[in-house]
Amino acid sequence: MLQETFSYPVLTALIFWPMVAAILLILFKDDEKVRRATFGASLVEIALAWPLLSFQKTPDFQFQELLPWVNSWGLQYYLAVDGLSLMMIWLSILTLPVCILCSWTYIGRRIKEFHICLLLMTTACVGVFSALDLVLFYIFWEVLLIPMYLMIAIWGGDDRRYASIKFFIYTLAGSTLLLIAVTALRIEGETFAIPELMTKDFSFNFQYWVFLAMTIAFAIKVPMFPFHTWLPAAHVQAPSAGSVILAAVLLKMGTYGFLRFCLPLTPAASLHFAPLMIILSLIAILYGGAIALGQSDIKKLVAYSSVAHMGFVTLGIFLFSVRGLEGALMQMLNHGIITGGLFMLIGTVYERSHSREITKNLGLGKNLPAFMFFWGLISLASFGFPGTNGFVGEFLIIIAAFGATTRIGGVDLPLIGLLTAPGAMLAAAYVLKVTLKLAWGQPSSAKNKYWKDLNLREWVYMLLPAVFVIT
Amino acid sequence: MTTMELNFNIFNLLPETALFLIVLYLFGATVLGAVKNSVTTRAVLSYLPILALATVILTAMSLCSRGIMFWGTYQVDGLSQFFKLLITIGFLVTIINARRQPTLEEGQRLDYFLFLAFSTWGLIFMASTAELVTIYLAMELASYSLYVIIPLRAKSKQAAEGGIKYILFGAAATALSLYGLSWILASQHTTFISELTIKSWSWAVNPMAVAGLSLFLAGLFYKLALFPFHFWAPDAYQGASNETATFVATLPKLGAVAVLVRLSVIFTPGGELTNLIAVLAALSITFGNLCALAQHDLKRMLGFSSVAHAGYILVGLVPGTPAGLAAASFYALAYLTMNLLCFWIISRIASDGRNLTYRDLNGLSQRSPWLALALTIAAISLVGLPPTVGFIGKLWLVTGAWGFGYNWLVIILCLNSAIAIFYYLSLVRHAYTEGEDDPCRGAAPDISIWSSLGAVILALAVVILGVISAPVFDLALAVGRELITLP
Repeated sequence: MLQETFSYPVLTALIFWPMVAAILLILFKDDEKVRRATFGASLVEIALAWPLLSFQKTPDFQFQELLPWVNSWGLQYYLAVDGLSLMMIWLSILTLPVCILCSWTYIGRRIKEFHICLLLMTTACVGVFSALDLVLFYIFWEVLLIPMYLMIAIWGGDDRRYASIKFFIYTLAGSTLLLIAVTALRIEGETFAIPELMTKDFSFNFQYWVFLAMTIAFAIKVPMFPFHTWLPAAHVQAPSAGSVILAAVLLKMGTYGFLRFCLPLTPAASLHFAPLMIILSLIAILYGGAIALGQSDIKKLVAYSSVAHMGFVTLGIFLFSVRGLEGALMQMLNHGIITGGLFMLIGTVYERSHSREITKNLGLGKNLPAFMFFWGLISLASFGFPGTNGFVGEFLIIIAAFGATTRIGGVDLPLIGLLTAPGAMLAAAYVLKVTLKLAWGQPSSAKNKYWKDLNLREWVYMLLPAVFVIT
Repeated sequence: MTTMELNFNIFNLLPETALFLIVLYLFGATVLGAVKNSVTTRAVLSYLPILALATVILTAMSLCSRGIMFWGTYQVDGLSQFFKLLITIGFLVTIINARRQPTLEEGQRLDYFLFLAFSTWGLIFMASTAELVTIYLAMELASYSLYVIIPLRAKSKQAAEGGIKYILFGAAATALSLYGLSWILASQHTTFISELTIKSWSWAVNPMAVAGLSLFLAGLFYKLALFPFHFWAPDAYQGASNETATFVATLPKLGAVAVLVRLSVIFTPGGELTNLIAVLAALSITFGNLCALAQHDLKRMLGFSSVAHAGYILVGLVPGTPAGLAAASFYALAYLTMNLLCFWIISRIASDGRNLTYRDLNGLSQRSPWLALALTIAAISLVGLPPTVGFIGKLWLVTGAWGFGYNWLVIILCLNSAIAIFYYLSLVRHAYTEGEDDPCRGAAPDISIWSSLGAVILALAVVILGVISAPVFDLALAVGRELITLP
């Protein structure tokens, strides 16, 4: 119906263009050309997404593409987007050029393989967010792991071997449970199509187990406390671009999974487990914030702050109120932009100082004013300063936490609101602490006088998150 | 039910005839003295791939042949033709793989291929046998040749050890099998599968028959390297040359799976035999994966991995539905493709025929990017990650087996992927991330165009069968429907 107005299948093009580009990349020999070609390909990807702007603001699925795939098992090639997936698709494809720019000099070896990994990741990300067939979703979900693993394992820091294996095993262990849930849903619901499954009414007992299996898979991806330990390791060891994709897109897959699968497919179980999820989210917020306060490595600090911020998202989801949900959606998008931006900034400063320790990067305000400008701006957003995008989401979630009047499972909801407040304060504390030292600290060595401020390329890629932060 | 006539029809026996001609061709060449001269040996062998390709084509053409022959002992149906096609394709790939075998003495080349062809011939029979004694005979025909070729590795004590273990275990397992056969015959008074199907297989009614069939299955489990009949697998793989291991690891299992699928009509969910198979499958999967974690030698690792994969295949036999049988048959195909790919790469990397450890893979992505890429695809397929045939095969197994009272088995299967990821991922890790600038240990990998091309074709097969699995799976499903007619 809607397809008639479009001349080509937009989602298929968005998914497979990066893959085609990755294959074409094999033909290039020169490193500089590889970079330029990939950057060009990423702009083409954005151009291909242009028809998505005509998205109608209705809750139904649009841009549908439906082809039979394996008839005997009812597998379909079923793609479509709604508002939630559209938002995540835009985030994924806008992250790609930014990632290419921020690794222009950061990645110094095996350039071609690096860019192939980046492109394949985009394919998988767009696929995850547009697939409406459970198996198709699962395929993209898993495919993403391999390039991400290689990215950490080849271009990562000193401890890359440990971090990459940990990342892989953790997420795969979760995915196996997801596969079991997919199977169970197929047998019980007799279809792999998600919209059709949403209309089924499963028994509570069935929902209970399916919810548990899916939740563990998604909670590992988010990551929720107590499954968060892979994240700091992976973030710290990954190259800048890897961290950016990890923060901006990968973690969102977990919360996307909650919103797309857990709530609609197993509503009764979600309600049943909401108190537990709320408690885990609160622990993530407070614990993540407290740990972040104690870090001396900037990247680790931001990684733990991610745990706390994602805690707000899961809190918003499981409060079961419109405001909480809106806040969670805002926070998902904003956390992607903010944390992605912070990781890029850490990458630029790492290229100069070759260290991520706060104490090795003191007093940058004088020599790198542009850097400090961006850092200041984005870190304000990070702790939800009013006027920045970080404020809106967190504020909505906190209001929802205070405003919800029902008691679920004997947990008093206003208390939840009170408990989130120290989380927000902790965020201000750890962000301001590191900003203070970076801007005005006593430089630890004389060398940093010679560090150059941001060049044109760095300005370009920092402007994108900066603009989004303010608007 | 059984047509007790000779019912001979040569057109139903095209694959068997073609392979028999290959055997005759090699045997004739041996008798006529081609062995004495390396030039004539090479000339004789140079036609072998073409003949094998012709066999594959003939088998593909006879995919629709149907018939029951030789007084009801030999059944040509969808199942047999499906597996015959897999076996002949596997045969083609293994002989191409084994052509330049470095650890084989010049004078033994013809004999080597003769025995390979003999064994394949026996396996093809196995796919069609519909009667227990015939199964037994076909199994022996397939095994005896293998007993000969495993130790055929120049001056290797390990090969001798592997060979002896294979023979001893084989002898013990076949003895059990034969003993079980006598029990079945004594208690059920028939050996035809079609008649056995309608008998009772409950422990309460007929304990002797159940015990007998369990013993009979031992022989098949030995071929399949299923726990607890797996002990030979790692040693035989390690001892045999890489090329021989390619054959031993792939084709005999297909024959065993074909027979098991045919027998599985007897297994009903909840029955004692089915429970036994489910438990053995679970043990095999877990034990295989845990042991593989600790290996350094690649072939030993693949040996234990094959123990786990044997367990995966059995999961498809448990529900007793066409979909389950189709999943088991499809997974046999998946197993064949990904192992052929893996062994192809190993044989190419070890161009001097040595055994490889993980460390030999260091820096492979620099030396031979195509082999490294293909190895990555093989590894992710063995784990069962998309978009490969290993994933889709596992998905069919899991979906087919869910909801028949064996959900615990499905959960064990899925969780084992998380164990398996570590050692399969090590292949990728060593190939891509370690020792980038290290000098090559031992002989350099074969990076000729043929070696890369073979790897790429097999890797493409692994991916394409994973993405476009519908035609093959529908074929397997038709096979399943032929065997089990659901009410």
